[in-house]
Amino acid sequence: MWRKLALIIAVVSAVVAFASKIEIFSWWTAGGEAEGLQELFNIYSKLYPGVEIINATVAGGAGAQAKAVLKTRMLGGDPPDTFQVHAGHELIDTWVKTGFMEPITFLYKEEGWDKVMPKGILDIVSYNGEYWSVPVNIHRANVLWYNKKIFEKYGLKPPKTFEEFFQVAEILKSHGIIPLALGTKDGWEAAHAFETVLIGKLGAEGYKGLWNGKTKWSDPRVTDALETFAKMLQYVNSDHAARTWDEACALIVEGKAAMNIMGDWAVGYFYAKNFYDFGWVLAPGNEGIFDALSDSFGLPKGAKNRENVINFLRVLGSKEGQLAFNIKKGSIPARTDIDRNLFPEYQRSAMEDWLRHEIVPSVMHGAAASESWVTEFKDVISLFVARPDVKTTQRALVNIAIAQGVPQQ
Amino acid sequence: MKTDRILSILFILPSLILVGIFIYGFIGWTGWVSMVNWRDVFPDFTFVGLRNYARLFQHFRFVISMKNTLVFTVLFLLFSISIGLLLAILLDRKVRFEGFFRTVYLFPMAVSFVVTGVAWRWILNPGTGGESVGLNWLLERMGLGFLKSGWYTDPNIGIKAVVIAAVWQMSGYVMALYLAGIRSIPNELYEAAQLDGANVFQLYRHIVLPLLRPVTLSAVIILGHISLKIFDLVFAMTGSGIGFSCDVPALFMYDTTFRGNYFSQGAAIAMILLMCVAALIVPYLTYSIRTEVRR
Repeated sequence: MWRKLALIIAVVSAVVAFASKIEIFSWWTAGGEAEGLQELFNIYSKLYPGVEIINATVAGGAGAQAKAVLKTRMLGGDPPDTFQVHAGHELIDTWVKTGFMEPITFLYKEEGWDKVMPKGILDIVSYNGEYWSVPVNIHRANVLWYNKKIFEKYGLKPPKTFEEFFQVAEILKSHGIIPLALGTKDGWEAAHAFETVLIGKLGAEGYKGLWNGKTKWSDPRVTDALETFAKMLQYVNSDHAARTWDEACALIVEGKAAMNIMGDWAVGYFYAKNFYDFGWVLAPGNEGIFDALSDSFGLPKGAKNRENVINFLRVLGSKEGQLAFNIKKGSIPARTDIDRNLFPEYQRSAMEDWLRHEIVPSVMHGAAASESWVTEFKDVISLFVARPDVKTTQRALVNIAIAQGVPQQ
Repeated sequence: MKTDRILSILFILPSLILVGIFIYGFIGWTGWVSMVNWRDVFPDFTFVGLRNYARLFQHFRFVISMKNTLVFTVLFLLFSISIGLLLAILLDRKVRFEGFFRTVYLFPMAVSFVVTGVAWRWILNPGTGGESVGLNWLLERMGLGFLKSGWYTDPNIGIKAVVIAAVWQMSGYVMALYLAGIRSIPNELYEAAQLDGANVFQLYRHIVLPLLRPVTLSAVIILGHISLKIFDLVFAMTGSGIGFSCDVPALFMYDTTFRGNYFSQGAAIAMILLMCVAALIVPYLTYSIRTEVRR
């Protein structure tokens, strides 16, 4: 009798103890991103003071290491209460289709998020008519950064088309300046740059079609993109394999290189180095297109503290949460109803474009295709950097698409 | 006597069970996963036989990384063992401050492969033109500019640059092994050889080296299995490198499994790695067990 009672008390107190916790899993450990996360925690703690936040972060760029840890936990039946995931195919293919997530359409209805976020982003967090995660920020992948001083010194204009790009690059090269900074040490950076070339050559519709079969990989425009990319690679720093993306940005900061194609997390890097002489245009041919990726959080099935997670997601989607987080992180809010004037200059321009431009999903950052496709894509382009064989590479890209179940005939 | 026996079995049993589950059980599990169709986070246990292995041999990254492993292993063993042996012989010549040198040579081993990788990434940095850094800078200053190289960013050198870092890390350890081996040779043998009028070269050639053969064998086994499954050094130093010129199977396995979600294919790579290590270790084990039995 007493034993039973003790057991009941133990179980109940365990449940109560659990109910006052929330474990949030992410790879935000550095500078601005960790500060942004802390802002979210502060807001959450103010609203729900009794809940203990467990900040489960795993360091590593683009989440490469965190994703491995997350996978073992999810498969082992021990999901964190909520976790960071790139909105789009990484979320849908890896976690939603496989039945690990709970839909949160009810939250979108309650909070009215579907009215304040653009269709481009709502599309990539939904599947089968339900919403599956809350996008907390938007990054832009197709930006060409340049060193203003170098451009002024030689009287150059930042290039908007591929033609202008090659003209400018030739002039810079003749002055002994690296035209395009590139870092390929972590394997994804070249594929990231190539993604913007694909967009530049195929346009928004053509590029989006690559990932659902409407555009064939055998398309002559893909050939053109590969040839153009091979030509661009003649203007990059010779030590690119020794540099990571931020070490490539360092070449711009040091004035050794003039341009760089990178996502807008580069801004955070420039600020951190006290470097303000940078300018930006869109990657060549990307006029009017916003190549987007988004970090988001969802509700895993079997989350131990479901109520707390739902409340946390409310904070993520709220005006207050998105503002506090993104000012620190250097990205822009997914919501479009936040006062632009509160943000620094680059973010203001990105927020404007977010409303006007056509949104396409970034492949290298998990929005456009499944993780397995992205891995194969990245590998083939990495090989292309060393051996720019257009024919073989295009055939490989076709084969990958076929293996992914996207017919190419 | 009998209780002794029971007690000793009881003492060993827990570790036997743990080893059984966590080593052999999981090897078996990995073997099973490598023969099913698990290519998504969600397990799919449809049996496909050896299809994952067949696919692997057609994958360009696998072919490149296996070739790299072969090159890496041969060079790594060759240089670590010969440099280690040389250092040990030199130290054995009763040098002053022997303890100091021993520590210096052994020190790299105390550093983790990750730290080694990061440090050598910068030492071998392929700085361009006049702004070279690290080793290239040094070579230039010494008037040896023609030796400058792209190191691991040169697809023709690639994995060989990683070998330099690995040799730096492990040759001190080989030295320690050999030094212990040399010191365990009884003095009488030296004296007898000297009485017979052997010079230093003959002494090493006919007395020391033959007696060091077991040490060489252990060094080959230890370095060999490190080299076959190397991951951390390459991961920290170069990643896969230009056109995968530094890629190794363990890196490919990590990418395949945890980035690409091809769990079955990742398991197949792991099994092949295991077989390579086994091909090295099993003959050694049978050899040493046989010699023990003979005793």
